Amino acid sequence: MLSGWFIVLLSATYIGVLFAVARFGDARADAGRSIISANVYALSLAVYCTSWTFFGSVGRATSGGLSFLTIYLGPTLMLLCVGVIVKMIRIAKAQRITSIADFIASRYGKSQLLAGLVTVIAVIGIVPYIALQLKAVAASLDVLFDQPGHAIHLWGIDSTLLVAAVLALFTILFGTRHLDATERHEGMVAAVAFESVVKLVAFIAVGVFVTYGMFDGFSDLFRRAAAHPELAGLLELDASRAGTWAAMILLSALAIVFLPRQFQVMVVENVDESHLKRAVWLFPLYLLLINIFVLPVALGGLMHFSGQGANPDTFVLTLPLSQGAESLALFVFIGGLSAATGMVIVETIALSTMICNDLVMPALLRSTWLKMEKRGDLSGLLIGIRRVAIVLILLLGYVYFKAAGEAYALVGIGLISFAAVAQFAPALFGGMYWKQATRAGALAGLLAGFSVWLYTLLLPSFARSGWIGNGFVEHGLFGIEWLRAQALFGLTGLDEISHCLWWSMLANIGAYVVVSLSTVPDALEAGQAERFVDVFRHAQRAPDARLWRGNASLKELVDLLERFLGPARARQQLAAYARSRGQRDWHGLPPDAEFVHFAEGELAGAIGSASARAMVSSVTREEDLGLEEVLDILDEATQVRAYSRELEAKQQALEVATGELREANERLRELDRMKDDFISTVTHELRTPLTSIRALSEMLHEDPKLELEERRRFLGIIVSETERLTRLINQILDMAKLESGRAEWTTADVDVSEVVRESMNALEQLFHEKGVHLDSDLADRLPPVQADRDRLTQVVVNLLSNAVKFVPGGGKGRVRVGVSADEKAVRVTVADNGPGLTAEECGVIFEKFRQGGNTMTDKPQGTGLGLPISRQIVEYFGGKLWVESAPGAGATFIFTVPLPGPEA
Amino acid sequence: MSKKILIVDDEPNIVISLEFLMKKEGFEVAVATDGDEALAKVAEFNPDLLLLDVMMPKKSGFEVCEALRADPDRAGLLIVMLTAKGRDTEVAKGLAIGADAYVTKPFSTKELVVKVKDMLGLA
Amino acid sequence: MKRGSPTRQRLTALCLFGIPLLTYPILGLPGGTLADIPVVVLYLFGVWGGLILLAARVAERRSK
Repeated sequence: MLSGWFIVLLSATYIGVLFAVARFGDARADAGRSIISANVYALSLAVYCTSWTFFGSVGRATSGGLSFLTIYLGPTLMLLCVGVIVKMIRIAKAQRITSIADFIASRYGKSQLLAGLVTVIAVIGIVPYIALQLKAVAASLDVLFDQPGHAIHLWGIDSTLLVAAVLALFTILFGTRHLDATERHEGMVAAVAFESVVKLVAFIAVGVFVTYGMFDGFSDLFRRAAAHPELAGLLELDASRAGTWAAMILLSALAIVFLPRQFQVMVVENVDESHLKRAVWLFPLYLLLINIFVLPVALGGLMHFSGQGANPDTFVLTLPLSQGAESLALFVFIGGLSAATGMVIVETIALSTMICNDLVMPALLRSTWLKMEKRGDLSGLLIGIRRVAIVLILLLGYVYFKAAGEAYALVGIGLISFAAVAQFAPALFGGMYWKQATRAGALAGLLAGFSVWLYTLLLPSFARSGWIGNGFVEHGLFGIEWLRAQALFGLTGLDEISHCLWWSMLANIGAYVVVSLSTVPDALEAGQAERFVDVFRHAQRAPDARLWRGNASLKELVDLLERFLGPARARQQLAAYARSRGQRDWHGLPPDAEFVHFAEGELAGAIGSASARAMVSSVTREEDLGLEEVLDILDEATQVRAYSRELEAKQQALEVATGELREANERLRELDRMKDDFISTVTHELRTPLTSIRALSEMLHEDPKLELEERRRFLGIIVSETERLTRLINQILDMAKLESGRAEWTTADVDVSEVVRESMNALEQLFHEKGVHLDSDLADRLPPVQADRDRLTQVVVNLLSNAVKFVPGGGKGRVRVGVSADEKAVRVTVADNGPGLTAEECGVIFEKFRQGGNTMTDKPQGTGLGLPISRQIVEYFGGKLWVESAPGAGATFIFTVPLPGPEA
Repeated sequence: MSKKILIVDDEPNIVISLEFLMKKEGFEVAVATDGDEALAKVAEFNPDLLLLDVMMPKKSGFEVCEALRADPDRAGLLIVMLTAKGRDTEVAKGLAIGADAYVTKPFSTKELVVKVKDMLGLA
Repeated sequence: MKRGSPTRQRLTALCLFGIPLLTYPILGLPGGTLADIPVVVLYLFGVWGGLILLAARVAERRSK
C-alpha cells in the first residue's frame, strides 16, 4: 500500500511545479515576452477535460457505451465555426470584457441586473461541477489508500476539505496576484496548458497499460467483450436515442464556449486571434487522443471486475492497482489531480471575477458608497473580494459535495452544469448577430430558460439526494400530471438532460425573441448593439466617443482610475494613453468624450463594464442622448462609412481609368510626335533636291547667255536631283505600303544564290565605274526559300549599292558576297572594307532617314530609307537583317531567310 | 570693295547653285560644308554675311549661329538661316538666337539676291 | 461589406459537413466488426480524425 505521506509529498511537489510554471509565465508576460504561443493556447482550451473526463468518461462508457463521445464531438464542431469565436474575441477586446457575464451585460446596455443574473446562473450552475472535481480527487485518494468513506484525516480535517483548501490557496496565489487591466492571467494559462499535457499523457499511459498490458490490443479486447452479452450493448449505438445523441452534441458545443472557464481561456485570455488557427485542429486532436482508450478501459474494467461492484469512475486507478502497477496508478492520480486543479483554478477565477464585478461591486457601490468614497486605493479591496469569492466558491463546492456527492455519478453532475450555461446561448449569440435584441428580451430569455433548468434538472437532482420531496418529479407540481419535472407536458422517452435542454431552449429562445421584438432598446443598448454586431466594421473608435456628451473633470476621472487600478497602474495606463494621443504628459489631456471613453474602458477591465459605467456616470455630468439621437449618430456613422467605402471604390476605379487614359494619351502623343517628325523629315528630304532644282533652273532661265559648259553641268545636276526626288518618293510610298500591310507579295520558291547572282550582274557596271572589287562565294544547290523574288532582289541590290557607296574607290574597295545555309535558314552576307560603323550607328542606320555619319560626302545617293525597307522585307519573310561592324574594320550586313519547316 | 559671303551647306548641289548665284552678283564667296568648317572659315575669310543651312553634320546651323553671336567681335556679321524644315517653331528659334533673316528652301533666287543686297545695304 | 476570410468559410463548411456525418441517421449505417473492432467505433474516430486533418490543412495553409 502506498504511503500517505508519500502521496501528499508527491502532490505538493506537483503543485509546486505548476506554480513554478505559472510564475515563469507571469514573469515573461511582465517582461513583455509572452510564452502564450498558438500551441499553449490550444492546450489551455483542454481545461475542458476535467476530472469528469479523466474519471467520468470511463464511468459513462460503462453505462452509455459510445455516447460519451458526444461531449467531445460537439466542441470539435463548434471550434470549426471560427468566425463566431473570432467575432467574440474581437468584441471582448474592443469592449474590455472580463467574463461571460460582462459580455452579455455589456451587449445589453451595460446592465448590472443582467450581469448579476448571469453570474447567479453561472454560480448555481457551476458549483455542482466544482463539487464534482473535489469528489473526483477525494475518490481517487480513497482508491489509492484503499480506505472508503473519506477516512483520511489530517489534523482532523477530511481529505476533500483539505484538497479544497489547497486549491483555494493555489488559485488565490496566482489567479489574483494583481489586478490586471485586461484581466489576463498568462501564468495561469501556461500552468493549465502544462496540466493538459500531464493529464493526456497519464490517461494514454493507463489506456495503453490496459489495452496492451492486460489485453492483447484492441482486437483482443473487443473480441472478448463481445463474448459478454451484457457488454455487447455498449459496442453498438442505439438508434432510438438519436435525439439524445444530437442534444448532447449541441449541449457540449455550447459548453465549450459558455462554461465560464472556457470563455475565460478561449476569449478573455486570448492574446492573438491567429492562435485560433492552431486551436481549431489541435484542441479537437487532443480530445480525440484522450478518448481513444476510454472504451477499452471501460470494457477492460467491466470484464476484470466483473461482479465485484467496482466503481467504474475509478477504473483508471483500480485497474493498474489490481495489477500491482503502483507507480502507474500514482501517475494516473497526478493526471486526475491535474484535470481537477486546472478546472477548479480557471473556473473559480472566472467565477470570482464575475462575483466581484457583477454582484459585490454593484452592491457596494450602491449601499456604502459614501464610505467607499473616503477610501483611497480600492484595487486592494477588489483583490480581497475576489479572494474571498474564491474561498466561498470552493466552500460551496465542498458543501455540495458533502451533501449530494454520493447521489450522482460524476457524469450526471457535469451535464447539469452544461445545461445551465447553455442558457447563455440565445442572449449571447443573439446579441452578436441581432441588433434588435433588447435587454428585456435577454432577461426574459435567461430567466425563462434558467427556471426550466432549475425545475427539470437541478431540483430533481436535489430530490434524488433527498433534500426535498420528489413529489413534483413523480406526480407533477401540485399533482398536475403534465407538470412532472422530467416529463413536462407528457414529453417522455428522453433522458433528463435532453428533456431539460429542449424545454429550456424553447422557453429561453421564445421569451428572448418575443420580448425583444416587443420592446424598444434605450440609447445605450442601441449603441452597444451596433458595436457588437458590427464589430468588424467599427475598427476605429470615432463613433464610440461621439456617443457621449457632457462635462467631466480630468481630476475626478484620474482619481477614479487610481482608486480602482491602483496609482501605479493607473499612471502607467494614463501615460500610454497620452502618448497615443500625441501628448507627452497626461496632465494636459482634455477631459473630452474620448478621454471618458478611455477611462471607462480601463475601469471595465478591472470591475466589469456595468460597474464601470456606473462609476463613470457618478463623476461626470452627462447629457442624456435620446435613442433617436444615438441611432442618428450610429446611422450617420454607418452611412458615412458606406459612402466613404463607395467613394473609395469609385476613386480607385477612376484612378485606374485615369492611368489607362494617360497611358493611351501618352502613346498617341508619341505616335503623333513620331508622325510629325516623320513628316518634317520627309519634307526636309523633299525640299533639299527641290532647292537645287529650283535655283539652278531659275538661273538657267534668267541667264540665256550662260556658257554651254555651265548649262550642261547645271542640267546634269537638275536631272540627278530629279532622279533623287523620284527615288525618294517611290521609297516613301514603298515604305508606307510595307508599313500599312498593303504591299503585294508574290510568294514562290526562290533560289537565293540565283537572286544574288542576278543582283551582282545588275550592279556590275556601278562597281566597275568606281573601281571596287566584287567577289562572291555562293553555295550551290541550296534548298529554295519561300519569298517574293523581286523583293528579295531589292534587298540584295540595296545592300550592294550601300556597300559600293561606302568603300574607297580606285581599286582599293572590296565587297564580298556570300550565300550559305544551315538546316534552318539561308544566310546572305555582304561584307565591305569601308570605314565601318560604331556600335551606336549599327542600330541607328535601320531607322528611317538615319544614315551613317559619313554619307555626307555623297549625300544625294542615299534616301535613308533603303535599310528600313530592306529590314521590313526580310522580316516579312520571317528572317532577320542586321549588321556586324566596328569602326575601321569594314561592315558586314547579314540577312537570313528561313527554310520551310520539315512538315511543310 | 566687294562684300564677302560665306555659304554653309552640306548639300553639294545647293552649294554649287548658291556659289554661282552670289558670284554672279559680284560677291566674294567662300564655302563650308559643315558647322566646324563654317566657324573656321568665318575666322579666316571674315565674311560680311553668312548663308547658313540649319541641318548639317557635326554642328547644326543653330549652334553655329549661337557661337557667332556669342563673339562680340562678330557683332556686325549678318546671318541668313536657310532651312528645308518649314515649321514655324524653327523660324522662331532661328530668329530668337540671333539670325537676321530666315529663308525657307526651296527659295526664289531673285528674292534671295534682293534680300542679301538689301541687308548689305547695296539696294 | 467585408467578405469573410476564405479560411473561416472553409472551416465553417467543414463543420456543416461534419454535423450530418456525426449524427443520425447516417450514424446508424455502420455496423458489424472489422478485425473484431466494432465498425461504428472505427467510423466515429475515422470521421472525427478526418475532420481534424482537414481542419489542420485548411487552417495551417500558408496564407500570403
